Amino acid sequence: MAPHLHTSDFKNPVVRWIDERLGVFTMLKKEYGIFPMPKNANYLWSFGGIALTMLMIMIVTGIVLAMSYNPHVDGAFNSVERIARDVNYGWLLRYVHMNGASFFFIAVYIHICRGMFFGSYHRPRELLWIVGVMIFLLMMATAFMGYSLPWSQMSGWGVTVITSLFSAFPLIGDGLVTWLWGGFSVDNPTLNRFFALHFLMPFVILGVVFIHVWALHLTGSNNPTGIEPKTEKDTLPFHPYFTSKDSLALVVFMTLFMAVVFFAPLALTHADHFKPFDALVTPSHIVPEWYFLPFYAILRAFTVDIAIPFTGIVLLPAKLQGVLAMFGAIILWLFLPWLDGSKVKSALYRPLHRLCLIGLLISFIALGYAGAKPAEGLPVVIGQIATFYYFLHFLVLLPVLSRRETPKALPESISAAVAKKA
Amino acid sequence: MDSSHSPSHPPYDREKSRRDFLVLTAAAMGAVAAGSAVWPLVDQMNPAADTLALATTEVDVGTLQDGQTLTAIWRGKPVFIHRRSPADLAAIRGEEWQSLRDPQSDEARVQKGHDAFLVLIGVCTHLGCIPMGSKVGQPKGDYNGFFCPCHGSHYDASGRIRKGPAPKNMDVPPYSFLSETLIRIG
Ligand code: HEM
Ligand code: FES
Repeated sequence: MAPHLHTSDFKNPVVRWIDERLGVFTMLKKEYGIFPMPKNANYLWSFGGIALTMLMIMIVTGIVLAMSYNPHVDGAFNSVERIARDVNYGWLLRYVHMNGASFFFIAVYIHICRGMFFGSYHRPRELLWIVGVMIFLLMMATAFMGYSLPWSQMSGWGVTVITSLFSAFPLIGDGLVTWLWGGFSVDNPTLNRFFALHFLMPFVILGVVFIHVWALHLTGSNNPTGIEPKTEKDTLPFHPYFTSKDSLALVVFMTLFMAVVFFAPLALTHADHFKPFDALVTPSHIVPEWYFLPFYAILRAFTVDIAIPFTGIVLLPAKLQGVLAMFGAIILWLFLPWLDGSKVKSALYRPLHRLCLIGLLISFIALGYAGAKPAEGLPVVIGQIATFYYFLHFLVLLPVLSRRETPKALPESISAAVAKKA
Repeated sequence: MDSSHSPSHPPYDREKSRRDFLVLTAAAMGAVAAGSAVWPLVDQMNPAADTLALATTEVDVGTLQDGQTLTAIWRGKPVFIHRRSPADLAAIRGEEWQSLRDPQSDEARVQKGHDAFLVLIGVCTHLGCIPMGSKVGQPKGDYNGFFCPCHGSHYDASGRIRKGPAPKNMDVPPYSFLSETLIRIG
């Protein structure tokens, strides 16, 4: 054999010829064939792969939609309607892309909850987690810009409200908003740049997902017990055990997704998303897409300026508080590996912590409810209480409890835990 | 390679400080170059010359009756021109304004001699929605002015913020009366 070729185990001469020169088949076999998975990983571990599938679906449908889309304020709305009515299979492509964003977020929210519950952010997976949070932020930006493209009432006013958030920053705020808009109102320059960025960002996400998976394959997957595999008995090869398990999960998820696409494609959207944008009339009730609602509720939870008493000097206006809290709510996730000081990862062995986490989930759902309602009366109060608990959890309960609570006894190993259950 | 270690080479320390200087200057020049290369990429997102050129609008307010509001468009934004009745004007002028969230007198928000006409950028200073109250039948809020439905801001008949999350009064654009009935905005 030629001295510089890497040695390949593959027998098939064509595969072997390529593998000796590129190493891809050896790599694939190592990372997706024999890659050792904790054998107790449950179906919650399937959602990373599902999220990746959704990303691919979004990229593929997005590119073909772009072939018929017209990124100009005069034509955008009509071009999207034309896709849905006249372009061959355009209705399918549009509804898959539109609902695909929702299902992408469903998958990623479950994926994140899994990580929080089983402590997947702990050493040695801190960077894996942080890269994951970055993916989430990029996804939010991408979905937000994508929603502007049909140039409907919801598109235009959603863009107006969210970009205006930046005007809360003192001194630079107004200039920043003008810069984002490329003018003095949300108009054609805004739409053009959002289209360019919406096209680009999924590929950036793809790159960051690559880093995410790279890190995963260095540290290996976490599992429900949160204890690391010790011997070969604790793991199973990825193929065929988890390729088959993940395939089943994927098929079920896709069935639900397609059921919505075919039978209720508009269930998750709003009537005002089907009226062309009118810069002079704001719809009476604008709400973001469901996956942004909890953060939108945090934004609106702050209603009182912080001022020096009796002087009227405002230190922190309500608007700025809301904006900082909204961004802070996600930025906090980046610090989770350090906010949580417990030696034990999984909430299964930390009863009080588990209770607090359930509280967090409830407060997040309550925030989603509050965000969907007009900002008056009871929903405002619910939003404020839930916002309070959300920050209490990350800034007080978690840091204190994780350092005080005595965890339950951990099983000796993953296989011991599995044997006990069986 | 070897020649750099030849005996004729300057003493090490002198060489080091000279190197430091060269490295620092090179880095500084590199930073300036990178900055000037990036700036066009950033600044292209600011309003273009033709966008800036759309800067004035003329509006005839001759037909506007007391209590009516007309909506003009300036720089892509609605401008409310509201003609206040003598009674409304007297009411708003009679109110104390020093303790408002964004304290400003009504006199300071209109032009002398044209006190009935309130000219406003009709954009809520909270997050940019268009407040209601400019058309017949729309809610005018708790202060007989404008009401923003997005997050519930109430403005008075001078466009000043009275209640709700908006931090500032609605902006007054630059404008002038070309004649008794013709206004140029911008
Ligand atoms: C586009 C979005 C994402 C994709 C495609 C993706 C993909 C994946 C895949 C394929 C895995 C391995 C399978 C699994 O354990 O589920 C994984 C693991 C992981 N992901 Fe993500 N991910 C995404 C977003 C996120 C986000 C937003 C976070 C956190 C905020 C996150 C945190 C993690 C962690 C901590 C692991 C290792 C978990 C473990 O093994 O327990 N990921 N990701
Ligand atoms: S935009 Fe008017 S109250 Fe929020």
